Amino acid sequence: MDKPLTRNIKSDGSTVTLAEYLASGGYEGLKKTLAEFAPLDVQQRVKDSGLRGRGGAGFPTGLKWSFVPMGEDAPRTKYLVVNGDEMEPGAFKDRLLLEGDPHQLIEGVVIAAYAIQANIAYVFLRGEYRLAAARLRQAIAEAEAQGLLGEGILGSGFSLDLRLHTSAGRYICGEETALLNSLEGKRANPRAKPPFPQVSGLFGKPTIVNNVETLCNLPHILRNGVEWYKGLSRTGEPGTKIYGVSGRVRSPGAWELPMGTTAREIIEEHAGGMRDGYRLKGYLPGGASTDFLLPEHLDIPMDYGSIGKAGSRLGTGTMILLDDKTCPVQMVLNLERFFAQESCGWCTPCRDGLPWTVSLLEGLIEGRGRPEDLATLERLCGLLGPGNTFCALAPGAMEPLQSALKYFRADFERYLQPQTTRGGMYA
Amino acid sequence: MTLTSDEIQAILREARHFPHPSAAAIEALNVVQRSHGWISDELLQEIAELLGMSPAELDSIATFYNLIYRRPVGRRVIHYCNSVSCWMLGAEDNRRHLSEKLGIAVGETTGNGEYTLLPIVCLGACDKAPVLMIGDETHFNVDPARLDDILGETGAP
Ligand SMILES: Cc1cc2nc3c(=O)[nH]c(=O)nc-3n(C[C@H](O)[C@H](O)[C@H](O)COP(=O)(O)O)c2cc1C
Ligand code: SF4
Ligand code: FES
Repeated sequence: MDKPLTRNIKSDGSTVTLAEYLASGGYEGLKKTLAEFAPLDVQQRVKDSGLRGRGGAGFPTGLKWSFVPMGEDAPRTKYLVVNGDEMEPGAFKDRLLLEGDPHQLIEGVVIAAYAIQANIAYVFLRGEYRLAAARLRQAIAEAEAQGLLGEGILGSGFSLDLRLHTSAGRYICGEETALLNSLEGKRANPRAKPPFPQVSGLFGKPTIVNNVETLCNLPHILRNGVEWYKGLSRTGEPGTKIYGVSGRVRSPGAWELPMGTTAREIIEEHAGGMRDGYRLKGYLPGGASTDFLLPEHLDIPMDYGSIGKAGSRLGTGTMILLDDKTCPVQMVLNLERFFAQESCGWCTPCRDGLPWTVSLLEGLIEGRGRPEDLATLERLCGLLGPGNTFCALAPGAMEPLQSALKYFRADFERYLQPQTTRGGMYA
Repeated sequence: MTLTSDEIQAILREARHFPHPSAAAIEALNVVQRSHGWISDELLQEIAELLGMSPAELDSIATFYNLIYRRPVGRRVIHYCNSVSCWMLGAEDNRRHLSEKLGIAVGETTGNGEYTLLPIVCLGACDKAPVLMIGDETHFNVDPARLDDILGETGAP
């Protein structure tokens, strides 16, 4: 089984050096790109490959790039920004790529920047990723010294300046327009769209924001071709995916597997199954901002289309498991506290609705719930849902809640009964 | 507290990387916090002046981020992850153990000025939950017994 993105990553946690990366065929994709393809050819190839953004929304990467103005009349300054914020609870896949093989990311960045003809790139990295920052800084210096970054890369006419920005910790900075405000030194509220960043982004210039994992796919697509890339997958959606599992399994972790691997295979074969004494009750397939699925969904391929049809989202592909000894209402409260705290406060439904959600859930759990609270929670799911808020944070926050209300209704209702009859289902 | 000339040089160096100096706000706050431990009102004003911003503008950024401290903290901040996977696997047991051992509640600093205890959102290592950071160092699969070892090594009371 081909694992292009993680093939170099070492199990002892040490990083891949430039020499090792080069020896494994690293920077061949970039060499080939600069020697053989025009920028628009690269865009076409990535479009043909069917690569979709791994940051959570799954937007087709080649299509996104195609909105960037190109040619003589295009603005001279354009930017490529790497989204390495990774702050959504449950997500830990970009850390693996950043720490494990930083040159792969750099190669992907140069290819993407070349495709849109950007001469400045930033890596926006969350502040807590100290090890990733140190390794990336080192790798950037190595790449500059070898002519893989900077002026006239590999003797071509293309130049790229790559800079690392370490953030100071706020989930909303992962939203791409809030990220751009943060990078400009402004308060990180999202921006109204249009204009889209592809046309007017960082400092008002055309800008592409791509996720770390998305960019790490590029060297392999350009080096090995579109047909090879499609062949990696088990479904119509191409490539591999880094899937992860956290919760009460024997061996939590992250694994690069063919796109479309089922949750059952990931949990049972790779994560070693549930720990003794625990049964799976449900799972958030793509991180904290995705809808719960149930054990009956385990055989659905984990790709964007199939998980969407089942009523959730592939998101980051890192799942969080709910076991039968954890109360789903308390789990949802933990998630909503996160979202309420991390709301940027820009729009009213989210700023007021999330604390309200939290206080209703707290009231319920503390035995102060009223029967109408469940209907209020359901109404909030709509009020904070898609189209009613300024960005996707609040709708994402409602996904685990709305699905928990649907699938784990009895657990919510249990809290409405007098203390003595609630039963000791959960510790 | 005032900015040292080293800090001023470092801030101006960062500011040169951007079209507007104010874009280096986070970098500047990080530079100053690294040496002073936290960002006092006086320091905030000086940084704002260097970057051509109003103090209020810079403060709206400083207060926005979890890792910029606008109040004094201990020499090492213990950030324990309280997000979902760590919560499920024992973050609260660790928190209680730390509070008892260090004699501080969340948000407080030990009398000797060594540790401040603060929660933090998911540290991106949920497969190794529970996770916490002490200073710059991240610790994985933490339980109370491991905490005793870790704090022993770092010289806690
Ligand atoms: C609240 C919020 C947080 C987000 N956090 C991240 C993040 O940490 N990393 C990321 O790549 N995308 C994140 N996204 C998605 C980005 O807005 C954007 O879609 C993505 O970076 C685009 O890259 P891609 O096309 O390569 O997926 C977030 C979105 C929202 C609404
Ligand atoms: S939905 Fe929430 S995070 Fe997004 S802009 Fe509104 S207040 Fe800010
Ligand atoms: S939930 Fe604690 S590291 Fe992710």
